[in-house]
Amino acid sequence: MSGQVSIDELIGWDSLLTDDEKEVRRSVRRFVDSQCMPRITDAFEAGRFPEEVVAGIADLGLLGANLHGYGCAGVSSVAYGLACHELEACDSGLRSFVSVQTSLAMYAILTFGSEAQKQRWLPQMAAGKVIGCFGLTEPDHGSDPGSMATYCVKDGDHWLLNGSKMWITNAQSADISVVWARERGGAGRILGFLVEKGTEGFEAVGIPHKLSMKASFTGGLFLNDVRLPESSRMPEGVGLKAPLMCLNNARFGVAFGVVGAARDCLERAVAYSLERKQFGVPLASKQLIQAQLAEMLSDIAKASVLSVHYGRLKDQGKLKPHHVSLLKRNNCKIALDAARTARSILGANGITTDHHVIRHAVNLESTYTYEGTNEIHSLVLGEFLTGIKAY
Amino acid sequence: MKILTTVRRVPDLDARFSLNGDKTEIDTEALDHKVNYFDEVAVEEAIRLKEKGVADEIVSVCIGSGNATKELRTALAMGADRAILVEADEKTLDPYLVAAILAKLVEKEQPDLIIMGKLGVDFENTQVPQLLAGMLGWPQATFAYSTEICDSKVTVGREVDGGTSTFRLPLPAIVTADLRLNEPRFPSLPGIMKAKRKPLDTMTIEDLGVALEPRVKTVRFEMPPEREAGVIVADVAELIQKLRDEVKAI
Repeated sequence: MSGQVSIDELIGWDSLLTDDEKEVRRSVRRFVDSQCMPRITDAFEAGRFPEEVVAGIADLGLLGANLHGYGCAGVSSVAYGLACHELEACDSGLRSFVSVQTSLAMYAILTFGSEAQKQRWLPQMAAGKVIGCFGLTEPDHGSDPGSMATYCVKDGDHWLLNGSKMWITNAQSADISVVWARERGGAGRILGFLVEKGTEGFEAVGIPHKLSMKASFTGGLFLNDVRLPESSRMPEGVGLKAPLMCLNNARFGVAFGVVGAARDCLERAVAYSLERKQFGVPLASKQLIQAQLAEMLSDIAKASVLSVHYGRLKDQGKLKPHHVSLLKRNNCKIALDAARTARSILGANGITTDHHVIRHAVNLESTYTYEGTNEIHSLVLGEFLTGIKAY
Repeated sequence: MKILTTVRRVPDLDARFSLNGDKTEIDTEALDHKVNYFDEVAVEEAIRLKEKGVADEIVSVCIGSGNATKELRTALAMGADRAILVEADEKTLDPYLVAAILAKLVEKEQPDLIIMGKLGVDFENTQVPQLLAGMLGWPQATFAYSTEICDSKVTVGREVDGGTSTFRLPLPAIVTADLRLNEPRFPSLPGIMKAKRKPLDTMTIEDLGVALEPRVKTVRFEMPPEREAGVIVADVAELIQKLRDEVKAI
């Protein structure tokens, strides 16, 4: 950063953090700078998740970091959020990998799984030896997961699953997939299953032609008469509330993380505007540019401080779904705006992957939509304000 | 075997420094601090010796203000077993005094090996390990790029001008870590959580019976002069002329 002080100092959020939270941030930042940044552009351009960093991510204890027991680090939500922030300063795909493993797959097993399932999967998942994914969204059912078409029927002491899931992060690399399906017959409940890679009738296929989240595996899960024993069902995961709890948990990490991408865009925009000379002076000396930078900083500072505040509420058990909607909606919006502004400040250079901001900008198009679209979160807040459902 | 490592708290060197009013001190209040990099290398080396089964206990010590517990927690998060903070105003210390404090602490702790960073990246004195070895009457091997422990001896590969040299020292001994000794690990999140529960004792210089009598007095700091803008010369002739007449380099 070539300006006077660091963005962290400008935000002034260090006084809100404990020493160990700052230590987590420092450690993850160093890891990201030395291990992830040198690889990310090539991985993104090649359209592959940089799997070679998984071992390092696991060694740092980032997988399941805010969960307790079963080999997980048990850090505060704020510490976990800061880790997400630093990962996403590199690439949203890296943070998505950790989010899905931690907040969707591991959290689901920890919260809804049997003791045997927890013992079997969680330590291996924390060690990065087993990768998980989370199958809720379907080709025809995105914002309205309650209408899912994937179903399960009881077949003796087994279950038969049929259907398909779409837009699933880690799908192709997952050893274990958390799959949600509606019970056919009986009470028609939504039930959660753990489907192992290689199970007959189960297939994961990558989604080609993505122009966003290119450094992340995104795929579809296809279930054709997949026969699972009762022991593969998560006994406590019953009803739509269960997957929604997972999503709420994950949205916090998304919201905390995207601000990291925004920070990286701001840092790059400041550095570029100081270096780039037009009309004989640096771009940074132009009032229009300074106004844009100030706007980005304001948004980032507000989003960062709110993230910490909500992280504290989360650890106190006081974070409500509408808080999460507010945070996710706000942060994904300001991050996308910041990335677009940075791209504009960097001019033509801004469209190349060498300068990184376009990579953030296209990634943040995905974060704007996934884990509850911007529009759905607006409607959640609208319902809380007016009492009227407008979905 | 017990290893003592020293952890120095240094300002982030990327920060912008400023001086106090009468220029006798660098204003470090607002600066971000971290563990001296060479001390991280030293702690890492101690941890690797423990992982090899050579060492049983790693004690990290820092002399500094109460804020330095943060840097000691970093060492604990990396894998040190316990930490000692000797409370002192860092600005009142000089290398001799630091060595004298450490000598007293060594008497108390009785380590078999002391691994220290080769220098502090802030002042780059490169004096404390050598002074401490002198005070203790212990052998020393500075600027290590490798260590190996065998039969109560430490074999140290050293980087010296024009090549390398190898020392074999009887224990107890002092080794100082150079850049290429290892690549320090990043503290893991479980490590950071565990570090909070590891013992961190605090003592004062008086507890150790050392008189606070520094031998070095800081007279004044000066900021380096602002660099002047360069000039573009038209041709070699002008360059030669400037080098001869203006810079007087030739």
